Amino acid sequence: MRVLKLIFKNSLRHKLRTSLTILGLAIAVMAFGVLRTVLDMWNEGVEAAAANRLIARQAVSFIFPLPYSYRDKIAKIPGVETVSFANWFQGVYIDKNNFFARMAVDPETFFSVYPELLVNQKEFETFKQERNSCIVGAEIAKQYGFKIGDVIPIEGDIYPGKWEFVVRGIYQPRDKSTDATQMLFHWTYIDERIKQDMPGRAGQVGWYIIKIKDPAQAASISEQVDALFKNSPNATKTETERAFTQSFISGLNSLLQAMNFVSFIIIGIIMLVLGNTMIMSARERTREYAVLKTLGFSAGHLVGLILGESLLIAALGAGLGLLTTYPIVAGISAVMPKGFFPYFFVTPTTIILGASAALLVGFTASIFPIQRALRTRIVDGLRFLG
Amino acid sequence: MPNTLIDIKNLFKSYWRDSIEIPVLNDITLEVHDGEFLALMGPSGSGKTTLLNLIAGIDRPSKGSLTVSGTNIADLGESALAKWRSQHVGFVFQFYNLLPVLTAFENVELPLLLTSLSKAERKKHVELVLDVVGLGDRMHHYPKQLSGGQEQRVAIARAIVTDPTLLVADEPTGDLDKHSAEEILVLLDRLNQEFKKTIVMVTHDPRAAERATIQRHLDKGELS
Repeated sequence: MRVLKLIFKNSLRHKLRTSLTILGLAIAVMAFGVLRTVLDMWNEGVEAAAANRLIARQAVSFIFPLPYSYRDKIAKIPGVETVSFANWFQGVYIDKNNFFARMAVDPETFFSVYPELLVNQKEFETFKQERNSCIVGAEIAKQYGFKIGDVIPIEGDIYPGKWEFVVRGIYQPRDKSTDATQMLFHWTYIDERIKQDMPGRAGQVGWYIIKIKDPAQAASISEQVDALFKNSPNATKTETERAFTQSFISGLNSLLQAMNFVSFIIIGIIMLVLGNTMIMSARERTREYAVLKTLGFSAGHLVGLILGESLLIAALGAGLGLLTTYPIVAGISAVMPKGFFPYFFVTPTTIILGASAALLVGFTASIFPIQRALRTRIVDGLRFLG
Repeated sequence: MPNTLIDIKNLFKSYWRDSIEIPVLNDITLEVHDGEFLALMGPSGSGKTTLLNLIAGIDRPSKGSLTVSGTNIADLGESALAKWRSQHVGFVFQFYNLLPVLTAFENVELPLLLTSLSKAERKKHVELVLDVVGLGDRMHHYPKQLSGGQEQRVAIARAIVTDPTLLVADEPTGDLDKHSAEEILVLLDRLNQEFKKTIVMVTHDPRAAERATIQRHLDKGELS
């Protein structure tokens, strides 16, 4: 108990230095936590992808559409359970900053291939019956105050013109990783108007979502889909939803790798900050360690004193840093456009990683001071003038 | 005839600086008996502190035999030597060497943390020795709140709290004014006379040396 008290008192011997070290550690751990949260959220979309869903898109680029006529051909492939499709509609809701995913979908099949979008049956039936209706995610409903019966005006850009959608349902996310920021409406409603205004763009879908019976057959079915349209002007590229999501964010790979690298650089900075403090502290106490050795304290006692102090400072810095990570992430989440990330929160893994990194740093930072304290002969230590 | 507590035979000590050997102690033979108060005197660099360090087991001889309280301490390993020191030797340093973050009570209690005494027993021991050195009313003061003489008395309390066989003091009055130095010498004298502690004290102050029952002189590493 006295030894613990000594560790505590030693760590507070230079209050300003210790406070600045703890503050430095806290900022570094917080920065680490925020960066890891951003990385986690990017990767979470990949993790949340279902194993029994394939995505078929235009082989050249995701931005080119596919003919609606492919639907029935794909459905005939053995092992395919359901074929659905969607179009990226985009548009502007009042202001460009009001960003959330707006997609034209097939109302009959979309919710069956995405069972994680939970919608009330009655609301769903109404939605299916009204062509200009939409279903919105619970999160954007909460953010923009959408209620059943409200009309959402959208200024079209990819599909020019003024559009209006009546809210007929609000879906809830089944899992924490489910995106609850989408606005979904009838593909046919869009397509009918496009037939009149821009007939050349009618009858096209953005991508197909293929629900398969057995995930083990994903590769085989993907090959069969692509083989069907191999020599057509609109060849397809079919892959699992996970691979599709990965390729979707592949353009950001360099940025993500840089962020990952920076997060580990931060760990190095923490190590230097704490290591510097511990080296200074241990150097100043050279004579005291010699006195303790003279009194009969063993190498183990000295290791405990130095390591304990280093770990205590690291733990305080990590605790403060991780505590401040929550409000910082909440703040970022509040100012970030909804739908940029389906959700944005600090994961337990980030907390464990941050705490483990800080403790590892606490351990590592004590190695050199311990080595020095143990190697210094008592007679040399007693002569030391700090 | 009292028992021989310290038995030194043909002791040599030298240091190496780069490849040059610097002899410090040369063929020292010395006996100190139980209850004696030995003053080691000599000019700076004569090797008296080195001899004291060897007797206290915080340095190792280059050659020769060094038996304290029946143990040839030159043969002990580091951890055994640390344990031996905690049980047999009390140290008083010139600059007190108290831990500044601990109170007088906590500083004195430090050596007892290595024993199996309970908290209550430790408290009893600490209070007793602080009373012996006349600081019973200052036990919760930090070193910076004490005068030099008081700090040295706390250091003496720390040295005797485990009731060691031998008390070693390296220039215990070297950093004190005349009045405080006198108080410390009276205290050491009392520990020797009243509590029968064997004391080996290094000093270059003749007045301090007068308190000792035996005086030996070191010059250029040789004892006379």
